[in-house]
Amino acid sequence: MWDPRIEEMPPEDLKRLQYRQLKMLVYRLYSFSAFYHERMREAGVHPDDVKSLADIAKLPFMYKSDLRDNYPDRIFTASQDELVRYHVSSGTTGKPTVVGYTANDLEAWTVSVARSLTACGLGEGDVMQVSYGYGLFTGGLGLHYGAERIGATVLPIGTGNTERQIELMQDLHVTAIACTPSYLVHLGETAEKMGVSIKNDTNLRVGVLGAEPWSERMRTQLQDSLGIRVFDIYGTSELSGPMFTECTEQHGIHIWGDIAYPEIIDPETGEQLPPGEKGELVMTVLKKEALPMIRYRVGDVTMLDDTVCACGRTSPRIMRIQGRVDDMLIVRGINVFPSQVEHTLMGIPEVLGSAFQIEVDRRGALDSMLVRVEMSRDAFSDKITDLMKVKAKVTHDLRNSLNVAADVELVAPGTLPRFEGKAKRVIDRRVY
Amino acid sequence: MAEKKYIIKQISIFSENKPGRLAAIAHALEEAGINILAFSIAEANGFGVVRALVNKPDAAYETLTKLGFMVSFTDVIAVAMRDEPGGLFDIARILGEAGINIEYSYAYSGKEGAVLILRVDKVEEGIRKVLEAGGKLLGAELFA
Repeated sequence: MWDPRIEEMPPEDLKRLQYRQLKMLVYRLYSFSAFYHERMREAGVHPDDVKSLADIAKLPFMYKSDLRDNYPDRIFTASQDELVRYHVSSGTTGKPTVVGYTANDLEAWTVSVARSLTACGLGEGDVMQVSYGYGLFTGGLGLHYGAERIGATVLPIGTGNTERQIELMQDLHVTAIACTPSYLVHLGETAEKMGVSIKNDTNLRVGVLGAEPWSERMRTQLQDSLGIRVFDIYGTSELSGPMFTECTEQHGIHIWGDIAYPEIIDPETGEQLPPGEKGELVMTVLKKEALPMIRYRVGDVTMLDDTVCACGRTSPRIMRIQGRVDDMLIVRGINVFPSQVEHTLMGIPEVLGSAFQIEVDRRGALDSMLVRVEMSRDAFSDKITDLMKVKAKVTHDLRNSLNVAADVELVAPGTLPRFEGKAKRVIDRRVY
Repeated sequence: MAEKKYIIKQISIFSENKPGRLAAIAHALEEAGINILAFSIAEANGFGVVRALVNKPDAAYETLTKLGFMVSFTDVIAVAMRDEPGGLFDIARILGEAGINIEYSYAYSGKEGAVLILRVDKVEEGIRKVLEAGGKLLGAELFA
């Protein structure tokens, strides 16, 4: 462990520590942040009302729109001379979001990544290829500094030029890669085309994968085909960046208790949900100077596990992200997550579950959903009846798991767009 | 086995059912200097399979696979037909009476007469029956 004092802290002690941190954070923001002061007054809550960790539920939520509405830095609680870095998230749904960092913010982020990478079994002697984008996106620099902190050697290659990535992976004896799951699939496919076996011709043993949703089946497929272990990493730029990973147990993402406090709520009512129930993730970052976050509605759908992990770490864990509250499609009244589609496709050997696209449209008054999926080369038959069987199987399995019918279109492998950043899998053409 | 020399390697190419796909395949073959001797398109809802006999099947397979197409080889036979009424019946009857099922077929009428290309469930038996009944098969060397 990187920091056993915190990572193995008895749960009661950890809760006491979190309560003290929350109390200080709330007083600080009530006193020094006009934004939070106003929010708390509107909600009729005073810092004195926070008498236990459970009282966090009295505090108002913070939304992504709060960051956009206060673009670029109006709710920062550090002045520009205290800031040492900016990151800016892509503004796919409006204005971009700017996050500022003080030196302490960067330190907390780096420590968080260092603990996480250690939990993935990495350390001195490892060579990590950071194939996340460097620059305004938090992925590259976040992993970079965390990996350097644990004494690993970093190859800061960034995205793109996959053939060169594979050559350097071989030449520099890379043991770990940090990238998106779809990029690792692409890298595996490219290596195969080049006649390179990741399993036999490289030293790669660990993948740290995040920035887009993926599934357990994808894990199994990647681990088997590449001969490595792959771990889920979680974070968003609002929380600093990628910060938390699974440990070698591969059973939930550890949220370091001294850094953040996760809650799961019902996205409709805002009520807290107990561990094991699926809902929207809400994060409070206990240590953040420039852009504090209290009860931030991250919008990711997951569930909480607050039992002590088999690895001995006591911090609560969140399970794999199952989708976005705002990615959730409502098709003929049924909630559909793209992750469910992926999960289903991964179970059908005749298609490539990692490459698909969902198109939703409206025919008259009815929603229609089309799922485009790439066929596996091995499954290609010259006989139309065989292809029709594959199509019927995909249609049947999707219907069973989604509870809503989808049209299926089989396409040739490699024809759907692969993304090196966040994969855009859904096209919604409905006009209301 | 004597039947072997009549087994022709047809290439089958998966194609999405949208404008320009056939053009892309044909263009790729042209660039590679490959001549298409016969071809057909089988279509289903949303996709199709282009089947073709070409003069260089291995080169065609390699060229199209490199471009990302999904390609496979299928064994077919080519039977010379009388280019007059009853020509197709002669061949269909031979196979029908022998209990050999035709999975699909396409035909062309060239300078040397009409040719029927057949995908049957029992290829070697089909070849034997056609030859026994006095039919004329085209050798695979014409398509390689």
